[in-house]
Amino acid sequence: MKGGALLFRAVLAGCLGVLILAPELFIGLFRWLNRPDAPPIYPYDSLLWLTVSHLGLVLIATSAGAIVAIAAAIFVTRPSGAEFLPLSRVLTNTGQTFPPVAVLALAVPAVGFGVAPTLIALFLYGLLPIFENSVAGLQRVPEQITEAADGMGMTAGQRLRKVDLPLALPLIVEGIKIAMVINIGTATIGSTVAAKGLGEVIIAGLLSDNMAFILHGGLIVGLMAVLFYDLMGYFENFLKRRLGLTGSGD
Amino acid sequence: MVFSNRIDRLGTALTVLGAGAIFWMPLVVHKANRIAAGQNRSLAWFLESGPGLALLIVLLIAASAATFKIAPRFRFAAASLLILSLPLTLGMIATQLVQGSPAARVSIGGSFWVLLTFALLMMADALVRVKLTIARRLMVFGGFSVCFIAFFASGWLNDLSVMREFAGRSDQFWREAAQHVRLSLGSLAIALVLGLPLGVFCALVPRVRAAVLQTLSLIQTIPSIALFGLLMLPLTYLATHVPLAAELGIRGIGATPALIALVLYALLPVVANTVVGLEGVTPTVRDAAFGMGLSARQVLFKVDLPLALPVILTGIRIVLVQSIGMVTIAGLIGGGGFGAFVFQGINQTATDLVLLGAIPTVVLAFTAAVLLDAIVDITRSSAP
Repeated sequence: MKGGALLFRAVLAGCLGVLILAPELFIGLFRWLNRPDAPPIYPYDSLLWLTVSHLGLVLIATSAGAIVAIAAAIFVTRPSGAEFLPLSRVLTNTGQTFPPVAVLALAVPAVGFGVAPTLIALFLYGLLPIFENSVAGLQRVPEQITEAADGMGMTAGQRLRKVDLPLALPLIVEGIKIAMVINIGTATIGSTVAAKGLGEVIIAGLLSDNMAFILHGGLIVGLMAVLFYDLMGYFENFLKRRLGLTGSGD
Repeated sequence: MVFSNRIDRLGTALTVLGAGAIFWMPLVVHKANRIAAGQNRSLAWFLESGPGLALLIVLLIAASAATFKIAPRFRFAAASLLILSLPLTLGMIATQLVQGSPAARVSIGGSFWVLLTFALLMMADALVRVKLTIARRLMVFGGFSVCFIAFFASGWLNDLSVMREFAGRSDQFWREAAQHVRLSLGSLAIALVLGLPLGVFCALVPRVRAAVLQTLSLIQTIPSIALFGLLMLPLTYLATHVPLAAELGIRGIGATPALIALVLYALLPVVANTVVGLEGVTPTVRDAAFGMGLSARQVLFKVDLPLALPVILTGIRIVLVQSIGMVTIAGLIGGGGFGAFVFQGINQTATDLVLLGAIPTVVLAFTAAVLLDAIVDITRSSAP
């Protein structure tokens, strides 16, 4: 079972690599899907560059979002910030009712077309799940443990660094995983406001009725998201096991 | 320091930022016609006119209610006043600016959105503190809905450029609205028909559960545009090669791939919450039901599912809010819905057109969230 699952992932990763680096290997399939006069492979930009740019946007925006969200979560779970906690809950709840496309489109008049509106939307969408999970993780630290830490004479800062944050880490990583996956999708839509990314290939396919582009772009983005999710899940389980939080048997 | 105890830190932060927005950001952007360069006008520019002054007074009341620690219900009242005054005064300011010219455009500026957001935050904060009952919460929501529908229907806001875009496209607007609702509710209905039995099955057969839930969460990770695109392929094939499919209206582009993708995304919350809800039923309750002579089928329908209902409804809430947002992307593949305006607006760099799609989407999602939250709370409190 374990070996089979590993093989399956290796095959998916291999497909992803070929689709990005050597799409010519699939040229027969792409040509078969298309009208004879249409280009079978996206000719306007290298797929490697689009992938790098796509992932770059996601990583930059999610990292910034993670820093702000974790800082905010620490603040609202300390006694001095406790009065902000109920409101922050409402905010994260309501924030999710805003569709990403709308945020993208509305950022355009403020900052212009291109990378900037996409980064803003990705940053905002990354905040919500990371904040939610960080708050949950920090609040879930058992009282006996915090009391023991206090009893050992730890200052509030020491307790945060040595007890609270390490125990909350698996949930925080889960939040980052969710944010990453959402952002890989939102960055795809970013191509409608002229950010460089893989959405460009799919949208070009939609506009020119080119099935090969749609399949090619869709497969790369889809595989990337799935493999990323899987990888982060492993990391999360590794952290949990190291902390002895679960006896996850798989 | 008696004084500092009476200062609300959150409210003060909002007031300072709000004051900054009033100074630095335009309240409206005025254009002589649709393509002319816009002139930014901040609130200061309108202080000599009635509506501008009225807005300033309301802002001062709201600022003092926010800064000092006062009873939440007063703070709620001040926030409501501001929320209702903002669109009303803006509509009047727009009417003054356009001076009857049909070509002139008055777009909503940044400081309006900042102030509206802050007023909503202040109201949310007050509501969280007073802990309203379900009925009261619905009454507040209903009251605001009635007010906004009245603003909208009375023609008070008609000189704002968003409303001018609406006036030029009202037929299409209602068509897209119907399509948006149809796609979100339709996908939910299909997902329930498929997902509830699947969830019950997963709860009964633990060996299937992990595989089903893992597959469904993998599907959720696929970005929507990619999934829409990937579904177009087989559907186009069906439509061109199977005459019956084409007769049924199945086509590669448009609503069909959107609907299928929405159903696929909706399955995870439905199935996962059904499983969690059923697992949460205490075994002793089930034993008692069997002891009373109920059949397995009766136990499922009369004990398990009713007890799991609040958790299942929470799943439905997640699905509905998620679908309403995601339908906007269907606009990109010709599936209709409010996304059609958003993408048209992006292509023409017309913010007002984007707003014409975005505002109703957010309103729809928010309404669904409020109503379903209330239903979840009702089933929770009335659970046996």
